Amino acid sequence: MKPRQRRLLWVLAGLALVAAAVTLVLRALNSNVMFFYSPSQVHAGEVPHGAAFRLGGLVEPGSLQRSGDGMLLRFAVTDEVRSVPVQYRGLLPDLFREGKGVVVSGRMQADGAFQASEVLAKHDENYMPPEAAHALKNAAGKPSEKSADDATVREAGQDSAGAVSSGGRT
Amino acid sequence: MIAELGVFALVLALVTAVLLAVLPLAGAHWGLAGWVRLARPAAFLLCALCVLSSASLFWCFWRGDFSVLYVAANSHSDLPMAYKLAAFWGGHEGSMLLWQLMLSGWTLAVAWRSRDLPPAFVARVLAVLGWISVGLLLFLLFLSNPFARLIPAAAQGKDLNPLLQDPGMVLHPPLLYMGYVGFAVPFAFALAALISGELGAAWARWSRSWTLAAWGFLTLGILLGSAWAYYVLGWGGWWFWDPVENASFMPWLVGTALLHSLIVTDQRGAFRSWSALLAICAFSLSLLGTFLVRSGVLTSVHAFAVDPGRGLFILCFIVAVVGASLWLFAWRAPELGRCSGEFAMLSRETFLLINNVLFTAAALAVLIGTLYPLALDVLSGEKISVGPPYFQAVFLPLVLPALALMGVGTVARWKSSLVGELWRRLRVALVLSLACSAVLALAGGWMGVRLSPATLLGLALGLWCLLSTLAHIWQRLGQGLEIGHLGQRLSRQPWGWWGMLMAHAGAGVFVLAVSLADGLESRHETTLAQGETAEAGGYRFRFDSLGPTAGPNYDAQRAQFTVSRAGLDSWSMFPEKRVYRAQGMALSQAAIDSGWTRDVFVALGDPLDDQGLRWTVRLQVKPFMDWVWIGTLMMALGAGLSLMDRRFRTAKQRAHRQSGAPALQGAV
Repeated sequence: MKPRQRRLLWVLAGLALVAAAVTLVLRALNSNVMFFYSPSQVHAGEVPHGAAFRLGGLVEPGSLQRSGDGMLLRFAVTDEVRSVPVQYRGLLPDLFREGKGVVVSGRMQADGAFQASEVLAKHDENYMPPEAAHALKNAAGKPSEKSADDATVREAGQDSAGAVSSGGRT
Repeated sequence: MIAELGVFALVLALVTAVLLAVLPLAGAHWGLAGWVRLARPAAFLLCALCVLSSASLFWCFWRGDFSVLYVAANSHSDLPMAYKLAAFWGGHEGSMLLWQLMLSGWTLAVAWRSRDLPPAFVARVLAVLGWISVGLLLFLLFLSNPFARLIPAAAQGKDLNPLLQDPGMVLHPPLLYMGYVGFAVPFAFALAALISGELGAAWARWSRSWTLAAWGFLTLGILLGSAWAYYVLGWGGWWFWDPVENASFMPWLVGTALLHSLIVTDQRGAFRSWSALLAICAFSLSLLGTFLVRSGVLTSVHAFAVDPGRGLFILCFIVAVVGASLWLFAWRAPELGRCSGEFAMLSRETFLLINNVLFTAAALAVLIGTLYPLALDVLSGEKISVGPPYFQAVFLPLVLPALALMGVGTVARWKSSLVGELWRRLRVALVLSLACSAVLALAGGWMGVRLSPATLLGLALGLWCLLSTLAHIWQRLGQGLEIGHLGQRLSRQPWGWWGMLMAHAGAGVFVLAVSLADGLESRHETTLAQGETAEAGGYRFRFDSLGPTAGPNYDAQRAQFTVSRAGLDSWSMFPEKRVYRAQGMALSQAAIDSGWTRDVFVALGDPLDDQGLRWTVRLQVKPFMDWVWIGTLMMALGAGLSLMDRRFRTAKQRAHRQSGAPALQGAV
């Protein structure tokens, strides 16, 4: 094989590899990205039907209940305007508290409750998960509209750079 | 007074760094020997000043000087002494000072170990390191001064985050930063070579030892961080594809590619510009990691800074460093990088090239997954998260082929290899690893353990890595060999070869351990009352009792569990639920019984009644978990062994023989 042909072959092989990698990345991103919604957005019907997503806000005070064998938990996540009931089976993270920030991931069920597969709370007493802060800020601004002032939203995200610790991973 | 001394030392360090950055570079350019000769003493002085400044901060922590804001925010008088000192890097400002301390340490090491290199070249390397120091020191002095006073002084500190009060935390940040910052050295070598035009085999050889050292430290740092997540967070996992973990993992991936590409440049003179580009990328990713972790854009235990000015500064710094170095690369590499080494389609060069492409692509995939949520947030305000499934889907298909080809690459010849020869050398290893996995699958099925296809693939791949490494040893030692000469032959092999084998075998052990630990783990989350029993992974866990206990700065509920295995031995385990007094923060301390063949893991959840008679608990058995750490240690050890190679040492001995003068004179 002549050097020129060989170089061409290398370039083609490289391009094929890059194409394969890009396809892989895009496909994986497409099927594994989770969007974040606040309780108000859930009530406004913005969540696509049956999609897995993350829900954030505060654990509504007085809403935590254990039932059955003690492993099945129910609580409500609120942005202080609307709230969504959540079901979860498993251990809670150490810093899960009523009235404090929380982010849960899972899906809505037919009965209007959110089935959580994972519960995230803070890593540190001082901070709140940015998504939870974002939800509160948004709801406090304009409950009906999705986009509060963009700048304040970003600021809220940065101000509350808290740490998230995971609860159960099922 | 001591705190002011620390600031003063930093100011002097900044002045020294500016001198180091400018004068030797100008001297090397215009051929002024006097200015070139300044580089070494300046590097020594810079390091001494940074050590002085860090010592001042240690002093403040040791004495518990709560009139220093950073100490008040991260320490407490009840904190055990080791953690008081480790609180140095428990927050943002101290971490950045540690970064600078490490950088000045590496600068000193370069000045110390490169006495036999051309003086102008060393001057350029040290000047590039000086520029990085200038950026860091400006950042420290103007945006994150660890010595800022708190007036009036606090009566008591706010305490170190309890999650960080762990022995692993004492060592994890220094080692990780040694690795992160260590990549500044190959970066500086690459830039110096691009400036001077000496982008050849000699440059690659000098860079190799520094890359090996940085890579080894980074491996250890990542290992400790991961072990911390496993032992302290108590989630029973050890890698979460958390953005902060990714931040340290990306430089590691590119560093791995760099290590291998430098071998080709060193031995065959090929891949020159590619190696230089990788060196630039590895350090850029280290800086990006610092930005991600320290700017507060990410949510994690590491994200302290909330001042947007800091994030902006680091971002501008990255843009300046990456922009300047890529510009230099684009300008100089085309003429310098012209490679002479021809090689055939099937050769060791090709395998190392494939290694490079795969590792770089893997780093890119991790980068996209880490930055995509941030980019989307900035562009559209939409909040998303990219979870572990993405990383598994993208990362594994890229890295598994690299592991599969690892064994083939090591036995392939430079320039050109033959299929028949490779097959002859590796057929036994290939057949054995497939046969062993098949036997394991059957044995597992017979014992009632179902191995998933992914676990089996991992087992086969891990065995293949180990056995092909053995085949390589066999081939090196076994040709025309009489038994008597074995020892002689062994002792004649270079250290670099042993290091390579150790690291590759470590990769094999790691893959085996991960497949077994994740594929065969059993976990059980349930509620237990005192006296009740639960089972997980063939072990019985009895919740015996619960009592109060106290540590130096926390109160805890301590449970006693008796763990036993069908008629065999039984032992006690003591998980705790702690409340740290200073912040009132609750923390579950899992009890972990580590063994050669399995880890048994018990963690307390929450009490279900007021008397604490019934608790939620997490029980877990992870087979061969320790081998994950052992495999990683072997990789780091491999880097250490390679560093002892004569190839890197002869230069130093030659220098010793020539000078004989004390190094501090800085003779060029």
